[in-house]
Amino acid sequence: MNHRGGYSADTRIRWPEWLPWLVALAAFFLLPEYLSLGARILIYILYALSLDLILGYAGIITLGHSAYFGFGAYVAGVLAAKAGVTDPLVQLVAAAAGGALLGITTGAIILRTRGLTLLMLTLAITSVCLEIANKATALTGGADGLSGVVVAPILGLFKFDLYGKTAYLYCLAMLFVGWALVRRIIYSPFGASLTGLRENSIRMHAIGAPVYWRLVLVYTLSATIAGAAGALLTQTNQFVGLNVLGFEAGGELLVMLILGGVGRVYGAFVGPLVYLLAQDQLAKQFPAYWYFGIGVLLVLVVMFARGGILGIADQALAKLRSKA
Amino acid sequence: MSAVLETRSLCKSFGALTVAANIDFRLEAGARHALIGPNGAGKTTFVNMLTGRLAPSSGRILLGGENITRLAQAARVARGLGRTFQINTLFRDLSVLDNVALGVAERRGVAGRMWRPASGYREIRDESMALLATLGLAEDAPRRVLDLPYGKQRLVEIAIALGLRPKVLLLDEPAAGVPSVDAERILQVLDRLPPDIAILIIEHDMDLVFRFARRITVLVQGEVLVEGPPNEIGRDRRVHQVYLGESHHA
Repeated sequence: MNHRGGYSADTRIRWPEWLPWLVALAAFFLLPEYLSLGARILIYILYALSLDLILGYAGIITLGHSAYFGFGAYVAGVLAAKAGVTDPLVQLVAAAAGGALLGITTGAIILRTRGLTLLMLTLAITSVCLEIANKATALTGGADGLSGVVVAPILGLFKFDLYGKTAYLYCLAMLFVGWALVRRIIYSPFGASLTGLRENSIRMHAIGAPVYWRLVLVYTLSATIAGAAGALLTQTNQFVGLNVLGFEAGGELLVMLILGGVGRVYGAFVGPLVYLLAQDQLAKQFPAYWYFGIGVLLVLVVMFARGGILGIADQALAKLRSKA
Repeated sequence: MSAVLETRSLCKSFGALTVAANIDFRLEAGARHALIGPNGAGKTTFVNMLTGRLAPSSGRILLGGENITRLAQAARVARGLGRTFQINTLFRDLSVLDNVALGVAERRGVAGRMWRPASGYREIRDESMALLATLGLAEDAPRRVLDLPYGKQRLVEIAIALGLRPKVLLLDEPAAGVPSVDAERILQVLDRLPPDIAILIIEHDMDLVFRFARRITVLVQGEVLVEGPPNEIGRDRRVHQVYLGESHHA
């Protein structure tokens, strides 16, 4: 399940790739009481996909991806609560555009650096965004959060209901669009060149690739998707809090992706699913110590499965095949 | 003959340390030229300045008469300057085919496209496969570079550079660290390269240098000591003193 592009890659959709969608649809019918959690998982999958594009494929290490997610969340929220723009698709497009704008302006600055400097700059960007959101209380509600978010029915037909059915299907549809986009990118010549950048940027320079601009482009695309994911969170919660920004939010996403498996597309599906389910269950059982369980899970993955949960699955499949 | 690549008074200093001092160098069209010198002579620094990895402190670099001194690496590659590295600089986790195809795609201007799958560009795959076949690497195309023996990895370096269809090819120690059998194979490959490509080879293997090059430049402490055909270089006492010791190749 290691999805690599390249000039000899088989790009056909294999049957296991339909599994997440079948599971998601089955959950809609079989677990109606968990649809709010389900929508949250779907949003974080989209968010993790955006991170996988830059971290897993282009090798851009970041702790500040929450800046674009949070910015998208606030763009949708401010439009809905302050500007009277209630159409969810308009909010979504505006949030994605906002993420893209922030992505290209910050990316153009920070992607001239690499390694620890880059890591620190990504952290700085999300910290600055957090502080701006905290201080601009008239617009964002500051530490109290932004409430009064109004979301009209989707296409004028599908109203967001109390049980979260519309929100769940809406998030699922948007995730499908995001997945199709990311999948297309990674199998394209652009995706192959991203893998080249991750593998060896010195060689990419030597073959004449415009390395810097290609990094800026993928960073902007990733920020666009993250912005859209942020808007989905605002629309489903009808509230935006400061917790969407900052180091903790960015780090949490990184943990989810590492848990699932970096650079595999579906690691972004598995990681948030396991993390958020574990968080939900552990928080119910051990309200004060639930982070301990997450920590143990992460330590185990880092120690015994560098490829994340999908890495374990790959190894197990390889062993089974070698025995057969 | 006209110079396809030329440097004029090229200098590079790192603080008080001068690693290239007023290097005037000409590479003729279709040349088979070698750059030799003891360790620390500034050979790789010189190549890095030519390719744009290092900015010179002063002086000019001309490619086909055009001043490329301030151009970025990508712009120089687009104008026909290809290189290999002293230490393998490959996409180690990718297939041999993809290593070459990435360069071919850049040259053909399709590497930035993101709608059609890469595998749908048959012309890139076919060209890369044809190139690998000429270097005897066709059977290795699906293998990861990481899994290849070192000698073959050196050939992949050359294949990537050739995929860029360079007018000037800079080979930084192509036979470094390879067994003599593989060095012989590399020499055979170099002998078969298209005659219109001007080749500058940096090499410590004097046997390979004297068999391959029709002109040799000797660099010592960042300065050109002497330049001439192999038989003259082999007889030059100064070269013997600083580099060749007492052995005699002419």
